[in-house]
Amino acid sequence: MQLTGTLFSDATAHLGNDISTFPDYPAEIRAPKGTIGGVSGFQVHFGERIIKTPGDYAHVLIAMNPAALKANAELMYPGGIIIFDTDTFTEKNFRKADIETNDPFTELKLDDYRKIPIPITSLTREALKNFDLDIKSILRTKNMFALGLVCWMFNRPLQYIEDYIKDKFSHKPILVETNIKTLHSGYNYGLNMQHMTPSYIVHHANIEDGVYRNISGNIATAWGFIAAAEKAGRELFAGSYPITPATDIFVSLSERKDLGVKTFQAEDEIAGITSAIGASFAGDLAVTTTSGPGLALKSEAIGLAVMAELPLVIADIQRGGPSTGLPTKTEQSDLLQALYGRNGESPVAVIAASTPSNCFWFAFMSAKIALEHMVPVIFLSDGFLANGSEPWKIPALSDMPSINPPVAKNVSGFQAYRRDKNYLFREWAIPGMAGFEHLIGGLEKNITGSVSYEPETHQENVLIREKKIEKIADVIPLLETTGDKEGDILVVGWGGTYGHLVSAVHELRQDGKNISLAHFNYIKPLPPNTKEIFEKFKKIIVCELNTGQFVSYLRSQLPGFSYYQFNKVNGLPFTVDEIIQGINKLTEDRS
Amino acid sequence: MNKIKYSAKDFKNENEIRWCPGCGNYAIMNEIQRTMAALDISKENFTVISGIGCSSRLPYYMNTFGFHTIHGRATAVASGIKMANTDLSVWVITGDGDAMAIGGNHFIHTIRRNFDLNIILFNNRIYGLTKGQYSPTSDRGFISRTSPYGTIEDPFIPGQLVLGAGGTFFARIIDNNISLGEQVLKEAALHKGTSVVEALQNCVIFNSGVHHEISDPAHKEERQIFLQHGEPMLFGAGKQKGLIMENGRLKVTELNKNGITIDNILVHDVTRPEPYLHMALINMGLPDMPVAMGVIRKVEAPVYDLEMEAQIKKIQKTRKITSADELLRSGNTWEVKNNEVV
Repeated sequence: MQLTGTLFSDATAHLGNDISTFPDYPAEIRAPKGTIGGVSGFQVHFGERIIKTPGDYAHVLIAMNPAALKANAELMYPGGIIIFDTDTFTEKNFRKADIETNDPFTELKLDDYRKIPIPITSLTREALKNFDLDIKSILRTKNMFALGLVCWMFNRPLQYIEDYIKDKFSHKPILVETNIKTLHSGYNYGLNMQHMTPSYIVHHANIEDGVYRNISGNIATAWGFIAAAEKAGRELFAGSYPITPATDIFVSLSERKDLGVKTFQAEDEIAGITSAIGASFAGDLAVTTTSGPGLALKSEAIGLAVMAELPLVIADIQRGGPSTGLPTKTEQSDLLQALYGRNGESPVAVIAASTPSNCFWFAFMSAKIALEHMVPVIFLSDGFLANGSEPWKIPALSDMPSINPPVAKNVSGFQAYRRDKNYLFREWAIPGMAGFEHLIGGLEKNITGSVSYEPETHQENVLIREKKIEKIADVIPLLETTGDKEGDILVVGWGGTYGHLVSAVHELRQDGKNISLAHFNYIKPLPPNTKEIFEKFKKIIVCELNTGQFVSYLRSQLPGFSYYQFNKVNGLPFTVDEIIQGINKLTEDRS
Repeated sequence: MNKIKYSAKDFKNENEIRWCPGCGNYAIMNEIQRTMAALDISKENFTVISGIGCSSRLPYYMNTFGFHTIHGRATAVASGIKMANTDLSVWVITGDGDAMAIGGNHFIHTIRRNFDLNIILFNNRIYGLTKGQYSPTSDRGFISRTSPYGTIEDPFIPGQLVLGAGGTFFARIIDNNISLGEQVLKEAALHKGTSVVEALQNCVIFNSGVHHEISDPAHKEERQIFLQHGEPMLFGAGKQKGLIMENGRLKVTELNKNGITIDNILVHDVTRPEPYLHMALINMGLPDMPVAMGVIRKVEAPVYDLEMEAQIKKIQKTRKITSADELLRSGNTWEVKNNEVV
């Protein structure tokens, strides 16, 4: 189902529509078929205007079995269309899906929807009866039937998908034939049954000139690191351990031996980051990729990078927690762990991406800041950004900012912790550079790198390490608002909720509300004008997918404001609708 | 290129050494410094990495690049350094707590991958820096502050882990034998792959005399066997004892008795790929058998960091994508002009 969704999205973007996708699938590779827990879904939102979210409610649902219908019933747009496979709508499958009656539509309150029953399974079997293929393989192609049908409904030509199938199954010609045959059967079924199935024409979105591609957050993250390494003139090293939903970053990096990317699949999360710290000591742009549980395992080593003052990017793709939690679901609940989750006073820079494609830019900026300021940077993304995709206007590297790490040049007077007077970073003296032999380590040290337990030295160094992070505020862009520069209500968000928040604010403004959005990508340090912006609004509402981590950080960093908060932690992204309702509720009562 | 002549002094620095007087670490560090001076490697290419523990303070006293990391992770940090720069001579200083307990996982995986590293494992069978708790190499029944009634667990024998992980180089030295140390450390440094040298080291404060039975000058000829590649396995005063294989087991025998001649004695071969005999030599111990010293195993195998470098070079020879710009534009792209896909 994930492949089917991806193919439809890619074909759609190719036609010049804007898209946003949201794959939602179980953690188990082969979760029990027919049960609610086993439903693998793919949500795609496309249109002729700019699309910021995968959409709250579906206009068209394709339910391959009753469990899929039940799992998505609440997400249907009133009066929407439900296409379902009648072959799977059996009593046995109703029970599997915990549907109590034999009339799922009434039971799930879907009576007023337009329903299109199609025997997808038997039509697929019929279409392939002359092929020498076992029944299991035949049934595996039935998603292609559904894909062909929606391609007809939305006037998507099949060429793109056919090319893909030919390439993917080039080693097995029979699968090329059968998949294309089923795809066409679905398309033709729509064509033949015009009286039943509506057909739509979706025009191009209003899109800037340029060369585009579809990109997911994880691939954008990997490519951002690759671009940064090239720009900095350093080799890229990634030390990682596979973990959902971060793995694809590491997979994408592993494919790039052609660009000299060194990837090391370590024995555990700790070896992932410590090998990266070693590579950083030895002169590479070093990254480690992980998710919440892995970030927890890496925390001692992040402290080492703080103490040793080495450049390092830790990419944390957040998922539902605590513990193993909800591996494939999205959440913003690692923020406080990223900010504070280490022993001692251990400040790092924290930067969050806010759309699938801007993962590229913020991964790049994370690397730039790490390298130029000799600090660890935690780059935050989440399951929603990681797997979601959108069209992306491809930038040219020549338009990206330069990256100039402070590599030591002057042997005379060199000391391991000699610092830049303004930004307080130390120089990068790399093993192999004659005359710069020195020692670094996890113990508190004096300017030469030797151990020092002097009370004043420790006090001073704690403040220097904090100040060094705070000074980064001088080089990051100012916070901007969407809407007005001042007014009644300021919605505040950070990271992956951007699309939903901006859509909600846009709708509320159309309804006449005096409301604007301030969305944060730079979390630590905060943009220097944050306070100034907050002062221009009467009410601040912080929306996030946790119980209030960013708002608690804001309360400590910028006290004196009354922050209202709107939170959700159910493993799913916000819907635009619930944000609007939440904001309305918070602004009706008082103000 | 001009060859620079170094002396051990070039590898020492002015930091005050904080080990206890009489600690076995002094001797081993001197051996390391002398070995480095004797190698044909520029000083800036040496990097010494350590974890946590008394011995892990060693990089602070070396005039080389050094990194005192965190507990158990030195081998993983060192692996990263090697992948970043294969030209460096990377030395890992670790102890029995650091490498066998908290860092056990990294230890075996580093060996399995065969990174080109020199791991010096200081084994004093005790936690010294935390003041006297038993370690994973302490004998069963060992009494310490955390085992006041004796431990109820068997120790690791480090060499067994090395061989179990497919190790390519294992040697054993002891802190009071300087010439052995220098000879072995040099061989370890020259070996391409992960060299593990177990250095039996005395903790004068918390476990003094732990190796005394082995190192006691009055008995050491009888209780240690110095293995040399290509030489018969002889030991004892006047080299009158030797090792033979009998019924699949190593056995001590006396020369010129019961018809045993030098031809019956096993000849040491460090290059045997199968690990059985090397394992048997590692397992020997008092009171029935002498403790094996010197290089026990040294075999050739692919080296991870060099393989990584070679794989990248090979793929780059036929690559289609040569820059980030090309990568970004690879695969499916489309151009939009005046709101139309062109």
